[in-house]
Amino acid sequence: MLELTINGRKLNAPEGSTILEAAEYNHIRIPTLCHMHDHLPQGSCRICVVEVEGARNLQASCITKAVNGMVIHTNSDRVKRARKVLFELIMSNHNRECLSCSRNTTCELQELGKLLGIDETRFEGATSPAALDISVSITRDMSKCILCRRCVTVCNEIQGVGILNPQNRGFASVISPGMDLPIGTVNCSFCGQCTVVCPVGALKETSSVEQVWAAINDKQKRVIVQTAPAIRVAIGEEFGMESGSRCTGKLANALSILGFDDVFDTNFAADLTIIEEGTEFLGRVKTALTGGGSVLPMITSCSPGWVKFIEHTYPDQLDHLSSCKSPHTMLGALIKSYYASKIGADPSTIYVVSVMPCTAKKAEIVRNEMKNDGHQNVDAVITTRELADMIRQAGIDFKNLPDREYDSPLGLSSGAADIFGLTGGVMEAALRTVYELVTGRELPFKNLHVTPIVGLEKIKEAVLKIEDPLPAYSYLNGVEVKVAVTSGLKNARVLMDQIAEGKSPYHFIEVMGCPGGCIMGGGQPRSDDPDIREKRLANLYEEDESKEIRKSHENPYITSLYKEFLGEANGHLSHELLHTHYVRRGLHNEMTGEDFLLSFEQNAKHGRNSSSDNVSGTQAGSIKSGRNEPGAAPARELSGKSRDDIESVRLIALEAEKKNLKKELEDTLETVDILKKVIADYTEKK
Amino acid sequence: MKKKMSYEKYCKCEDDHQKYGEILNVIDLYRGREGCLIQVLHAAQKIYGHLPLELQKFIADELKIPLSEVTGVVSFYSFFSVTPRGEHTIRVCLGTACYVRGGKKLVEHLIKTLGVDIGGTTDDGKFTFEIARCIGACGLAPAIMIDDVVYKQMTPAKLNTLLAGF
Repeated sequence: MLELTINGRKLNAPEGSTILEAAEYNHIRIPTLCHMHDHLPQGSCRICVVEVEGARNLQASCITKAVNGMVIHTNSDRVKRARKVLFELIMSNHNRECLSCSRNTTCELQELGKLLGIDETRFEGATSPAALDISVSITRDMSKCILCRRCVTVCNEIQGVGILNPQNRGFASVISPGMDLPIGTVNCSFCGQCTVVCPVGALKETSSVEQVWAAINDKQKRVIVQTAPAIRVAIGEEFGMESGSRCTGKLANALSILGFDDVFDTNFAADLTIIEEGTEFLGRVKTALTGGGSVLPMITSCSPGWVKFIEHTYPDQLDHLSSCKSPHTMLGALIKSYYASKIGADPSTIYVVSVMPCTAKKAEIVRNEMKNDGHQNVDAVITTRELADMIRQAGIDFKNLPDREYDSPLGLSSGAADIFGLTGGVMEAALRTVYELVTGRELPFKNLHVTPIVGLEKIKEAVLKIEDPLPAYSYLNGVEVKVAVTSGLKNARVLMDQIAEGKSPYHFIEVMGCPGGCIMGGGQPRSDDPDIREKRLANLYEEDESKEIRKSHENPYITSLYKEFLGEANGHLSHELLHTHYVRRGLHNEMTGEDFLLSFEQNAKHGRNSSSDNVSGTQAGSIKSGRNEPGAAPARELSGKSRDDIESVRLIALEAEKKNLKKELEDTLETVDILKKVIADYTEKK
Repeated sequence: MKKKMSYEKYCKCEDDHQKYGEILNVIDLYRGREGCLIQVLHAAQKIYGHLPLELQKFIADELKIPLSEVTGVVSFYSFFSVTPRGEHTIRVCLGTACYVRGGKKLVEHLIKTLGVDIGGTTDDGKFTFEIARCIGACGLAPAIMIDDVVYKQMTPAKLNTLLAGF
């Protein structure tokens, strides 16, 4: 233990801790804007400066190691003055339209201002050029960016995608994709992890709340909502409930009160996914074992962020992906076919809304592959955070709502579906069904949990030996099925590199784009609870164990769906409605003319009237695609300018710089004139 | 048949092939070594003349680092240029001393005689014209630099004679 003095008190702290950690260990809070738990500190915002006796300058406590005998002041006058000046400097280049910002009252910068007792902003002056970049999924409003680099850390260190990085220098610095290109045109996976860590309103999901309200208020439309598994253990956090609280019943009730005509559960489609994906897997294994050529390992395809990542990064390995659509698009397709005919409704009058823990799903639904009979499978995706906004707007007291059941027939699900929302869950759910299908016996694990793949480690693997299978599966006798589970795109890259080199030992791999799975998705509530992952994980496993039906194939509504409508798993109708194909995109999106851009303004002004929050995405059908017209030049529109000349964005920036320099020149000239006058005055007086 | 090289998809014309080949040799020297990006960019700019986006993509892909990291470095350092540069670079110092002693006149004169704006390159590709903040030669004000050489106490007339020599 280290011994040090903080604010006049003799205290202890663990060896190796930074000053910030030492203070936290002793329940002393040092404010910070850029620091994140579990990540390497950046030391970029300098708000966490403290006074260390004997040191000439103030020290950034997040990157300065605590040393035995150190005498530290975290709240001295000098420290407070420095923090105030730093804060005011940040504010001088920050869009101050807080009232119309979606992060109003949840903004960390706002909170810091209150904490520091800021009652004036003394610095007025120039503001840096700031792009307003709206893609189908993520909105970048750079007039609000404080350059803290949290997004850079998650994008590069955690996800290993490297879309966001600092560009340019000095006053022109901006956190942006390369060449200041719009995020909708590059290889961003839209995982949205950057939107979770952004302390201000600079990075956020492109809102679809207004469209959903419009649909609800449209009497001609039957508006059907579905919720992903991970929502039920997270939404409560938005209403002051304990991290990871299970709110399934309250959630269904709130949705019904909001005015949705049917409240269905994506879980149902998760069960369906298991049947479809399990059958596909067995088919691939059979072909491989009986001498045919088939692509193994098979990889799950539920996570659209992961799918977009592999399309960009490993376009030659797309055959490894399961052809199954993600569960919510499956359910959307079923609602507009099976359910529509059941209630005698025209599919064009049905509006499907998915509540997802995910920002990538906003981009997924506008893909051409996610349409049947000309209708989008899902019309709008809102994140957990957006749903919480809607519940607040409607004046619903969420915390005290009584429970309600989901509607039938597409609302009932097994416990296996619940764990789709966490890393290892899809694999476990699949194994529960596949093992039983093949051997006629239950999965030989306590509580049906495949223990080797439970948990939050980066890459987990398990081996399952098939012994004594049913006669129909005799070819599987003695086969050891090797599976691997990972989450987070950086970890997925490790498994993908193995596959690309032909060295993958696995048969079946589950990948979720976000670290920890959907429970930690890019659309989930922002939380400062360091144990948030563990809590959401534990509660979702509890939700699974609380159900009577724990295996997808035992869901009676699934059985009757096949009997009444689909016929057989992987059958003709299944393929039409529930399966998809993938697009080779390339690392620089060069293999397709498709992009996910809504609008892009390079030099949006600070303090403009229309803030980015008013520009809700016109999601439906906004994808620009050229690949449906073979031979034709791909559509390459970029804010009205031709993307053939990709340097044009750069040229605009250069022209702006030229203008700035000219202005500077004029200013300096003026100063010289004034100085001349002063000199003239002075010599006259003399 | 000729072996298809990894850089072919980045090249715009036949001339590019040899240059990309040379750049690939440089990359091979550095591949896998951390912190080599700036050296590679330096060499690439020397070989190619400037760093267009396609070349940056090529370097990013070969070094297996994100494009945004490469463009971040290129846009940070003023030495790197994404547009073609002239054979020679003229930098007029506009630091305080040079400014008051006539730096601005030099700028105006150059804009007129070269027919390009600040940051521009002449049509014949001979000169790129830039301004500098302070080149640390205040005693020689107004000073200009052509490539690596500093010229002292410039006037428009002297400048004309100087440029005629290039």
